[in-house]
Amino acid sequence: MVDASILVALRDTCVKRRGKTILGPVNLDLLDDGFTIVLGPNGAGKTTLLKVLHGVERVSSGTVKWSVPDAVARQTQAYVFQRPVMLRRSVRQNLAYPLKLVGASASDIDNGVTFWAAQIGLTEMLDRPATRLSGGEKQKLALGRALIRTPRVLFLDEPCANLDGRSTREIEGVLQRANAAGTRIIMTTHNLGQARRLASDIVFLLNGRLHEQGRATDVLRAPQTPEAKAFFQGDIVE
Amino acid sequence: MNEIWAGMLAAFRLIVTLDADLVEITLRSLQVSLSALVIACVIALPLGTWLAIRRFRFRRATIATLNALMGLPPVVVGLIVYLLLSRSGPFGVLGLLFTPTAMIIAQVIIITPLIASLTHQAMRELWAEYHDLLISLNTTSRQRIATLIWDGRRALLTGALAGFGRAIGEVGAIMIVGGNIDHATRVLTTAIALETGKGDFALALGLGFVLIALALLVNFAIHTLSRTEQEGTW
Ligand SMILES: Nc1ncnc2c1ncn2[C@@H]1O[C@H](COP(=O)(O)OP(=O)(O)OP(=O)(O)O)[C@@H](O)[C@H]1O
Ligand SMILES: [Mg+2]
Repeated sequence: MVDASILVALRDTCVKRRGKTILGPVNLDLLDDGFTIVLGPNGAGKTTLLKVLHGVERVSSGTVKWSVPDAVARQTQAYVFQRPVMLRRSVRQNLAYPLKLVGASASDIDNGVTFWAAQIGLTEMLDRPATRLSGGEKQKLALGRALIRTPRVLFLDEPCANLDGRSTREIEGVLQRANAAGTRIIMTTHNLGQARRLASDIVFLLNGRLHEQGRATDVLRAPQTPEAKAFFQGDIVE
Repeated sequence: MNEIWAGMLAAFRLIVTLDADLVEITLRSLQVSLSALVIACVIALPLGTWLAIRRFRFRRATIATLNALMGLPPVVVGLIVYLLLSRSGPFGVLGLLFTPTAMIIAQVIIITPLIASLTHQAMRELWAEYHDLLISLNTTSRQRIATLIWDGRRALLTGALAGFGRAIGEVGAIMIVGGNIDHATRVLTTAIALETGKGDFALALGLGFVLIALALLVNFAIHTLSRTEQEGTW
């Protein structure tokens, strides 16, 4: 039985590819609300963990249990990939796409597109082909497209990787507003400053294992494991 | 040499004056090949796309078969369709042999594998690009296929044009199942074969020019399409 305030529970979850364990075994409970930041060096398994939670990566053993039935969970989640996927369409049509899939009315689509284009600062570019956008603009578009259905849970895989300081601040604002409005956010980043600004709780991964998890203030101030301590001090962790 | 020049002149005259026979034959050719193209596309576009996104047990075998069918000699297709439609064949009662419908059937069989195979290639690339997003958005199979067909429409149009080019220039199968009957099943290619055989180069060349013009048009369109595709303008 999953506890009422627990959103999702991983139990002994393992992902093996080509005989190598790339994630796990992980035991992890995420609560109903909050802003989780997943930290760890390259190849630690952050993307894999997010995809496992979202249900797009096959698990080799163990379970992933959402508090709602899987079909409902999937329908109310959104995911921004580390490399944003652009449909070969205009920015406007990219934003509208998730709403079209669920058969939203033309006026709802119009309103949603206008609102989110303004939020992500792409209003001027609505009629440009999305594949011609810069790396940062693509990331913003992917974020707007993910938020347009007001998901219950939003996964973000390094959403600010290609953004400059100002865009990062804007996007962080968008994320905090969405979070305050009830969207549960689970996000990876390599930017410790960003983790400090946004996180309510932190998950620290190393070599596919969960090394540390807890409230952001606790984990960042007083990490329990030496690896996490070194990582948060900006040392290189192997 | 003289004879050829005279033939060419006569051919131009036929084209410029819109000779009744020439127009009739050209229109029938277009009617047969365009009908075959539409039917083939209705089958091949969803099939090729479906093969690109669906993993199933005999997928590889199916794709290999498709590619092999692409190389079917048209004459053999003609022979098989002839046997099926002939009076003693299984579909003999329909009385389709030596009608434009029979020619359309033969051409559909010839170009469907080609279009499906080209569709499959283009859609496989696009699917690799879109896979994560479409899975994440929890799309149905139908929505996936529709999205891929729409966003890959240029590549698909290129495939369709290649199919049309093959159909309009094909002679072996339609000669057998159509019979090259004047005012009934005579089309550009069969007429050219016949007129050349009879030594009437004027009509043969005139029809030949029309056929070349069509082929050039198709290839020019394919070229333009693939260029705009690369430049990402749509
Ligand atoms: N399909 C796969 N087959 C084999 N190995 C894989 C596969 N997918 C991921 N890996 C490996 O699993 C490990 C974890 O990958 P993952 O993408 O989760 O890392 P990450 O923490 O997101 O890293 P980064 O910070 O670079 O994004 C890596 O070593 C990667 O090479
Ligand atoms: Mg990653």
